[in-house]
This record gives sequence, structure tokens and C-alpha cells, in this order.
Amino acid sequence: MAFRAAVITFPGSNCDRDMASAIEAVAGSPAIRVWHGDAELPDRLDLIALPGGFSYGDYLRSGAMAATSPIMRAVVAAAERGVPVLGVCNGFQVLTEARLLPGALLRNAGQRFVCRTVALTVENAASPFTAGYAAGETIRIPVAHHDGNYYADAETLDRLEGEGRVAFRYAEGCNGSARDIAGVLSANGRVLGMMPHPERAIEQAAVPSLGGADGRRLFESALASFATA
Amino acid sequence: MQVRVLVRLKPGVLDPQGRAVHHALEGLGFAGVEDVRIGRLIELDLAEGTDEATIRQMCEKLLANTVIESFTIEGAQ
Repeated sequence: MAFRAAVITFPGSNCDRDMASAIEAVAGSPAIRVWHGDAELPDRLDLIALPGGFSYGDYLRSGAMAATSPIMRAVVAAAERGVPVLGVCNGFQVLTEARLLPGALLRNAGQRFVCRTVALTVENAASPFTAGYAAGETIRIPVAHHDGNYYADAETLDRLEGEGRVAFRYAEGCNGSARDIAGVLSANGRVLGMMPHPERAIEQAAVPSLGGADGRRLFESALASFATA
Repeated sequence: MQVRVLVRLKPGVLDPQGRAVHHALEGLGFAGVEDVRIGRLIELDLAEGTDEATIRQMCEKLLANTVIESFTIEGAQ
């Protein structure tokens, strides 16, 4: 059966097409596009993806308004039933605002919007989203954000590290994130939030500086882990 | 009734915006600026009799992110 993934579009999302395109490239079937005002998700989903962008113009706080939208109530309920959720960039901000992941994303420590490809270290290669990587591997994925500075109190950070819930760390300075955290997993490993954009690293470009394929294995891992037979 | 909600970053949470403004004040020649923290003022016009518990819920659910921010409510009855 075809892999059933939904990509949620909020007003101001701008990476939703990239996300849908990446999922289709890897899964071989198109993602279902869902609008923020929809109260219900399609049934039997194998993955819900929250894309990057500036939902609701980042009013109040990045992700805060989206977290109150009707579709997010359905996403929270689905996540609580164990439906896998991937949030990238603004999607990660929405997941923290919706309290599906701990912590918050503050303004970058350097005050600047950071838009470049960064090196990441794969910290946990045993999760359903990261099983295609090797633990400790360095990968290169683009970032493009203003509010990517991950914050949680020391106790929460210790817990996340102790439980293997740090999926990725920045291997170079990026945005001032606590303990260089770039991606965080839920306790059951089925919700992943990350600031870097794996959907922008799906194909190796002929000119290496134009992009690599290190993000592809994240989608391949999700497909292998979550596809219903 | 008019209610003001002040939302502040919790102590210990880095405020890069406040730091930049701090440096700018020093650059303008103002001496003795020890620290600058930037928060948010939200003015609510509420139906008379809205109780403080309801306003607190508004703050906890949306107006403040209590992971990083604290809030105070002024003018509630």
C-alpha cells in the first residue's frame, strides 16, 4: 500500500511544497496536502509533516498561532495515538508551542537570520527517523531561520540527553542552541522536530555547493519505519 | 475593563535583542546601563467581570510561553 503522508500548510508556510516533493521523491507516492483550517486529518496516516516557513507571520512567537489552529488539535491527538510527526524549522517551533516536544526556540544568539548549509552530528541513529544514519556520523543539511536557538532548562536537557532524545547536534556554531541541539525526539521516538531542512537535501547537485543528499536518508528511514505493509 | 499583561523572558534565558540594545545605549554614550531585557506588553479589553483565573489561562495557553517567559497581569479585578 502506498505510503500515506500528510503535509500541513499554514498561512505563511513556505516549505510545504519542498516537503511534499521530498516525500514523493522517496516514497514514490504523492503526499496529501492539508490546510490549516481543516479540523480533521485524513485517516490511516503513516506520517504527518509540519513544514518550514513563517506561519501566521510569526505573530506573538514563532509557531504560537499555528499551535492554536484547528488542524493542530487533530495533529496533537494523532501524535498521542502514535502517528509519527516530523516538524522542520517552523514545524519544530509549532511542535514546541503545541507542547508535543519540550523546550522552545529563541531568537538566534547572534541576532541574525542564519541561511547556509551546516554540519550536523547524528547523535541517535536508533530512532525511526534516523535509523538510516550511523551514530556519530557528520552530515550536511541547510538551515534557514531566525529563531532556532533551542532552549530548555538544565534538568530537561539532561533528561533529553539521558534518554537519547537528541537526534542531531550542530557540529559547528549556528544559532546559540543549548548544548548545540539541532533536533529533538519525543519520548516514544515518533515525533521529531529539527531546525535544519532535510527536504532541501534530497538530491546531489552536479555542483556540490548547490546541495547534497544527506537529508534523503531521514525520509528513507521514516518510510522504512512507518510504512504500513 | 482594561487589563495589561506584561510578558518577560525568565531570568537566565538569553535575550540577544536586549543585549544588542544594551550595546547601542552604550554606543550613544549612556553610562551606567547594567542590563537591558526586552519583553512584551499586551493590552486586553475584556468584558467587565472577567476573572483573573480566566486571564491567567489566556496567558498560560497563548500569550506567554511559560517554558521561557513569565507574565504579570495588571488591572484585573
